[in-house]
Amino acid sequence: MLTSAVRGIARRSFSTSKCSAVQQMTVRDALNSALDEEMEKDERVFLLGEEVALYDGAYKVSRGLWKKYGEKRVIDTPITEAGFCGIAVGAAMAGLRPVCEFMTFNFSMQAIDQIINSAAKTFYMSAGKVNVPIVFRGPNGAAAGVGAQHSQCFGAWYSHCPGLKVISPYNSEDAKGLLKAAIRDPDPVVVLENELLYGVQYPMSDEALSKDFVLPIGKAKIERVGKHITLVAHSKAVELALEAANELAGKGIEAEVINLRSLRPLDINTVVQSVAKTHHVVTVEQGWPQCGIGAEISARISESEAFFHLDSPVIRVTGVDGPMPYTKSLEAVALPQTPDVILAVNKVLGVSQ
Amino acid sequence: MIPGCIRSLSRQSSHRNYGSWSKVASLFSSRKNNYATEASFETKPFRLHKLDSGPSTHVSVTKEDALKLYKQLHTIRRMETAAGNLYKEKIVRGFCHLYSGQEACAVGIKAALRDQDSVITAYRAHGWTYLMGIDPVGVLAELTGRQSGNARGKGGSMHMYARNFYGGNGIVGAQVPLGTGIAFAHKYQNTGGVCVALYGDGAANQGQIFEVYNIAKLWDLPCIFVCENNGYGMGTSVERASASTEYYTRGDYVPGIWVDGMDVLAVREASRFAVDHCTSGKGPIVMETATYRYSGHSMSDPGTSYRTREEIQEVRQTRDPITSFKERILNANLVSAEELKKLESEIRKTVDDAVKIAKADKEIPLNELTTDIYAECLETEIRNTTPFNPLSHARLGPAVNI
Ligand SMILES: Cc1ncc(C[n+]2csc(CCOP(=O)(O)OP(=O)(O)O)c2C)c(N)n1
Ligand SMILES: [Mg+2]
Repeated sequence: MLTSAVRGIARRSFSTSKCSAVQQMTVRDALNSALDEEMEKDERVFLLGEEVALYDGAYKVSRGLWKKYGEKRVIDTPITEAGFCGIAVGAAMAGLRPVCEFMTFNFSMQAIDQIINSAAKTFYMSAGKVNVPIVFRGPNGAAAGVGAQHSQCFGAWYSHCPGLKVISPYNSEDAKGLLKAAIRDPDPVVVLENELLYGVQYPMSDEALSKDFVLPIGKAKIERVGKHITLVAHSKAVELALEAANELAGKGIEAEVINLRSLRPLDINTVVQSVAKTHHVVTVEQGWPQCGIGAEISARISESEAFFHLDSPVIRVTGVDGPMPYTKSLEAVALPQTPDVILAVNKVLGVSQ
Repeated sequence: MIPGCIRSLSRQSSHRNYGSWSKVASLFSSRKNNYATEASFETKPFRLHKLDSGPSTHVSVTKEDALKLYKQLHTIRRMETAAGNLYKEKIVRGFCHLYSGQEACAVGIKAALRDQDSVITAYRAHGWTYLMGIDPVGVLAELTGRQSGNARGKGGSMHMYARNFYGGNGIVGAQVPLGTGIAFAHKYQNTGGVCVALYGDGAANQGQIFEVYNIAKLWDLPCIFVCENNGYGMGTSVERASASTEYYTRGDYVPGIWVDGMDVLAVREASRFAVDHCTSGKGPIVMETATYRYSGHSMSDPGTSYRTREEIQEVRQTRDPITSFKERILNANLVSAEELKKLESEIRKTVDDAVKIAKADKEIPLNELTTDIYAECLETEIRNTTPFNPLSHARLGPAVNI
């Protein structure tokens, strides 16, 4: 039951350039290898959640791990989020390194009390005595054709809470490096994966294929360098920002695309530095606008010296401010599309379309 | 890997002869063309928890009721088969949780309910939606996301509603407190009604269910908690999820009853008993219906990695709720084969026609994206994906509680 991640290492290419010789890996396999490597490295790490063991995970992220590590360390739970999440938090308090999988983050709402009131605050309440080294992970964000209860982003919800670290990886390198960092981190980390990206392949550098690869939590990545405008995004919206940037490039507009990677801490410095260069910002996210990630970035820019570099207001591109419909055509327009980003960029730059 | 409930059931039933489904008295008065107008049967014994006596295992059914029950059972089966096909044709998106195999639970319960009673269930809701008064077009067009759908295509397969039917809930277990709240409203408003709150064997472990068992008993709420035990919660068998698989006893101080959920008459009988229990002021009751789901959890699950094909085959052959009921009423001379054939072809036509509409129908217009977010929207506009093209909110649905 080797994952393609493991196979990938075996036939790793020597090329370090970004051409086709670079190893491709799905986000799913990247997450799988992160779990595998960290479980191998640290006996205290264990995975629990619904269908994670025998069924290999509802989205097959834990494929092969139960076979490899056995039922002591890869544990199927009943459908009792509040219960098993609390158990995981307790186990972390007592020295283990749980990875608590929510089949999707929609169901973490059943357990959000343990995440906010137990995991996030115990270190503070105990005056630094009891830290809670736990990872809460699972698919988050808009999915396809599943209706209002199963299609929403919890980035704003979790990143609102001090005491939590919150990451929102975009591609395979992000997924692997950030999940490994999350598992090693001494604090509770919420890892918001994106279901629609699980099956997408992205290049993995030699470095990223290594067992020592970790990415720092709290650091954004500049996905594309540009000088006219900064697009700030996380998760699947990074893809959207990159697509828009490509299209804009054809019209002579060079957009800089920032992949936040981490929602808490938020790497505002990278944003500020970019704004100092481009003087224009558009944020891009799939979640709801109110108190959202874009709202936070906009506020932080206003509160920083970057404000004085702005040539026009920060504009947010977000999901529509309503629940997600099942209707296919409505679902499509409930989420931001490339033309929305282009529209926002044109407005900000004062370019007529 | 066969769950206990299924093992014990199959032990009791020999092939093609539905166990204790032996006809005991079928010929009543007023015979017409040699056909009976009423027939009686013996059900499998009910199992009781904290109850001195249970329903009678001696059940009878009139010809009229038998035809009605058969029509409902068969319509749900056909509709679900159609839904599965629409999913395979990629016209139904996302989830599609079929009820095939479990029809007798809903049909039997519905037969015991009165006009004032309410129902709430989980995402396996197509059959219930139909029983609560939505025609197959309303169900199937919801699955295809079209405007004739029960929720105009906005809800999708898990979210359908009707008078006294509160959905369709996609969050495992969440509907059970809601159902208890509906029972609370029945009591508060003196409607004399009860609420049936259905959940699966997997959902039975959710903590909120135990919270409302307690409150329902404490406040004597007229709530029938129905655990549909189909042996699995997704890929997890009951033994792997539940420390006790005697779901009818898990309300502890709440009385419980176990019923063969593949026998529509037994379910009806137990449900009548449960309704009586609740309406006589004794408070809530738990009812476990032992049943089986033929398809995977949702259409994307082949449903064969955690159970064997033989197990599914065995249930289909020995316990199918429709075949068994059919044989029963035929053997009792309650109905003729021709009558059932005619009924079946009518149902086929209804469902086929519904499929055509569900496929050909339009989706609602884009401006309905922002209808009915609020019953009374206090914002002048709804933010779109950017601030440059705001949307307006509109009210469309009947909003029953204004
Ligand atoms: C709170 C929550 N957790 C997990 C899920 C994912 N999920 C959907 S259905 C299901 C299995 C439920 O099994 P059961 O209650 O036995 O009902 P059945 O599907 O057998 O009808 C799971 C785990 C969910 N929808 N909601
Ligand atoms: Mg079940």
